[in-house]
Amino acid sequence: MTIRRIPAGLLAPAGVTAALALLPVGYLLVRAGEGGAGGVAATLLRARTAELALRSLGLAAAVTVLCTAIGISLAWLVVRSDLPGRRVFGVLAALPLAVPSYVAAYTWVAATDIEGFAGSVLVLTLCSYPYVYLPVAAALSRMDPAAEEVALSLGRSRFGVVLRQLRPSAAAGALLVAMYVLAEFGAVAIMRFDVFTTQIYTSYRAGFNRTPAAVLGLLLVLVTLVVVAAESRTRGRAAYAMRGAPARRPPAVRLGGAARAAATAWCAALAGLAVGFPLASICYWLADGSSAGVDAAALAEAVAATLGVAAAGALLTTALAVPVGVVAARYRGRTAAFLEQSTYVGHSLPGIVMALSLVFFAVRYVPAVYQRWPLLVVAYAVLFMPAAVGAVRASVLQSPPVLEEVARSLGRTPLRALREVTLPLALPGVLAGAALVFLTAMKELPATLLLRPTGMDTLATELWTETGSGAYGAAAPYAALLMLLAAVPGFVLGRRSLEEAS
Amino acid sequence: MSLRRLVAAALIPLALLASACGGGEGESFGDDSLVIYSGRNENLVGPLIEKLRTATGLDVQVRYGDSAELAAQILEEGADTRADLFFSQDAGALGALSKHRMLAPIAPAALDRVPAEYRGSDGTWVGLSGRSRVIVYDPRTVTAPPKSVFELTDPRWQGKVGWAPTNASFQSFVTALRVLSGEDRARQWLEAMKANGTQTFSNNVNILNAVDEGKLQLGLINHYYWYEKVAERGANGVPSRLAYLPGGDPGALVNVAGVGVLKDSEHAAAAHKAVDFLLGTEAQKYFADTTKEYPLISGVATAAGLPPFDSLKGPEVDLSKLDSIEQTITLLQEVGLV
Repeated sequence: MTIRRIPAGLLAPAGVTAALALLPVGYLLVRAGEGGAGGVAATLLRARTAELALRSLGLAAAVTVLCTAIGISLAWLVVRSDLPGRRVFGVLAALPLAVPSYVAAYTWVAATDIEGFAGSVLVLTLCSYPYVYLPVAAALSRMDPAAEEVALSLGRSRFGVVLRQLRPSAAAGALLVAMYVLAEFGAVAIMRFDVFTTQIYTSYRAGFNRTPAAVLGLLLVLVTLVVVAAESRTRGRAAYAMRGAPARRPPAVRLGGAARAAATAWCAALAGLAVGFPLASICYWLADGSSAGVDAAALAEAVAATLGVAAAGALLTTALAVPVGVVAARYRGRTAAFLEQSTYVGHSLPGIVMALSLVFFAVRYVPAVYQRWPLLVVAYAVLFMPAAVGAVRASVLQSPPVLEEVARSLGRTPLRALREVTLPLALPGVLAGAALVFLTAMKELPATLLLRPTGMDTLATELWTETGSGAYGAAAPYAALLMLLAAVPGFVLGRRSLEEAS
Repeated sequence: MSLRRLVAAALIPLALLASACGGGEGESFGDDSLVIYSGRNENLVGPLIEKLRTATGLDVQVRYGDSAELAAQILEEGADTRADLFFSQDAGALGALSKHRMLAPIAPAALDRVPAEYRGSDGTWVGLSGRSRVIVYDPRTVTAPPKSVFELTDPRWQGKVGWAPTNASFQSFVTALRVLSGEDRARQWLEAMKANGTQTFSNNVNILNAVDEGKLQLGLINHYYWYEKVAERGANGVPSRLAYLPGGDPGALVNVAGVGVLKDSEHAAAAHKAVDFLLGTEAQKYFADTTKEYPLISGVATAAGLPPFDSLKGPEVDLSKLDSIEQTITLLQEVGLV
């Protein structure tokens, strides 16, 4: 790939996306600046700031390593081995996405003694390993087993070859996990483990002086950019597009008796802990508690609102992500890197910071959308952009650039070649990204609370209301329905990881 | 699937969205409309809002959230705030808005119905209901609950007490501790508690649940969480008991939930009408009977089962000083609790 100029037709929309994603930083700079150099230094030099930053990084590292190990092992077993029931396990491996981390944390705290660092690692790992599993399973199923056979014939281990080829997809998933953990607040608060975001939330309560929170938010953005830069270095310059048809072969590896039993137990245990346990707890809550009466009308309204804003969020996010994803896949250089990395900023901030930044801008410059659903949809786009950009980039990378070049040699402009050749090929992957955004937006709480139209409730805000007054019995129907609805796109994503393999 | 069919499929949820939000968006905002930002839970005050609608005929819209987050939102909105009335879980958030000059004075006739210690000293906010700090204990393991928060640093309670340092009510209690006992004593107490292995929770509900599950022996909470849980679970489902601290102990602080009218409200008349209703007998009875709090106007009785309001031996603290919460947070940060 050579360095080419990005056509204006692509650069302009990608620039709009990046500008939108960087809005929160503008807000944070304004608020941090109000404190002056003294205020900024006072916040940064606080001993607790360093301690909590280390805690957050430690948590992110532990969860990311575990998710990577779990995601790769599951993907390999499901795609490459003759594991019994591998199709079922493949779908189950994606379903933890449907479990909101705060619900999972509640269920673990209520039923066991686990808490603190260990509890946070457990819950966040169980909720986020699909972020690694899905891209790795997709990459594995596109990989030609012949490469492994060559390695074996040369006396090398098959895993060396596999891991090397999986590095970019595993790193992209691990990056999402790391950023998600850094910005997480709800589950760690329930697990009683104070992290960096705890300090941000506390700062808002601290006499409502917003400078410390802004300084801490900016620090979080910096940390994230370091992690993002590290990930982009793992991509290297390898070519990922398949030349010719992808390999269609039966699973390559037969598991021996003991390995088979161990692998089945591993997959079953993960599914049980990540999906079975929260589901069983919710069912227990449903049966328990005298406040369990369900207001059907409120429930139906919440379902409609949840599906509506999440779907609109997925549409907008995907539309904004396409130009950036294409640029990231097809162009190199500073502009391309800047455009892609800027989209990660919103995702790295806790929901409340992002929401307050949109309050700040909307009230001043676009009051017509303030506290209307379009602003909430924009918030989802800023928050969940990285998942969509990653999906677009990965699926555009898979479509061979040579096809575009042929189209151009036949007289198409670069943009037209893109639209007529590459995007149709990339469409399934782009849609998978949209499904991921859709289900993540359904579970979103902090930004939804601040930006929703007055009087509108989603399933997540209803859940917040019920648990806030201690009414776990009444909360259960909302939690159950939320998980059930989110399981639909989760199921589709899990199925997809298998379809490519078969 | 063609792109066109995709777009068509995507329109279905959008139509759903329009129907779901369309109803809520009839924001005609005449003189009879009122927007309340409520930091109090919808389950607790929703029925009261319904009574407010019926009694006043106002078109009331409520935005629920966390008190501190809503206060931050109002501060970001500034003069363009959409809120007419702010209904806060605690005095601290009201004090902060008042300090930022976001609140308008409330008419003396309304203010005077509430004892002076339960309203802002500048007359911009007024308490609606009182809540007492209490110690919740597990009678299965604790026969003699402590009589003062200062006993909690004793080694016999090591690792057995729960608190919620990020919780606003807890922070108000620490402010009371600072005001009553002085900065040094407050700092010593926090450090001794921390050294004694006091366990940190994210909120009162979780502390109460931990005591009921036998994971904790004592917890520092607000009284009404316990009564609400008993209402949900029945008395047999809640093994814990409450200890009201005697002798003006800071751990018996009586805090308030209250309201303030936004200075930039375009519906000030409606907002003041709502304040009037919330300080009336019907609303005060609601706080007493339904949320199990203490009504603040004279002539409304406390719910059965609660110790009478005048029997509470809370400390004498000027609640408007609770906006010195900034120093409290600094103290908590220096001790390493938040």
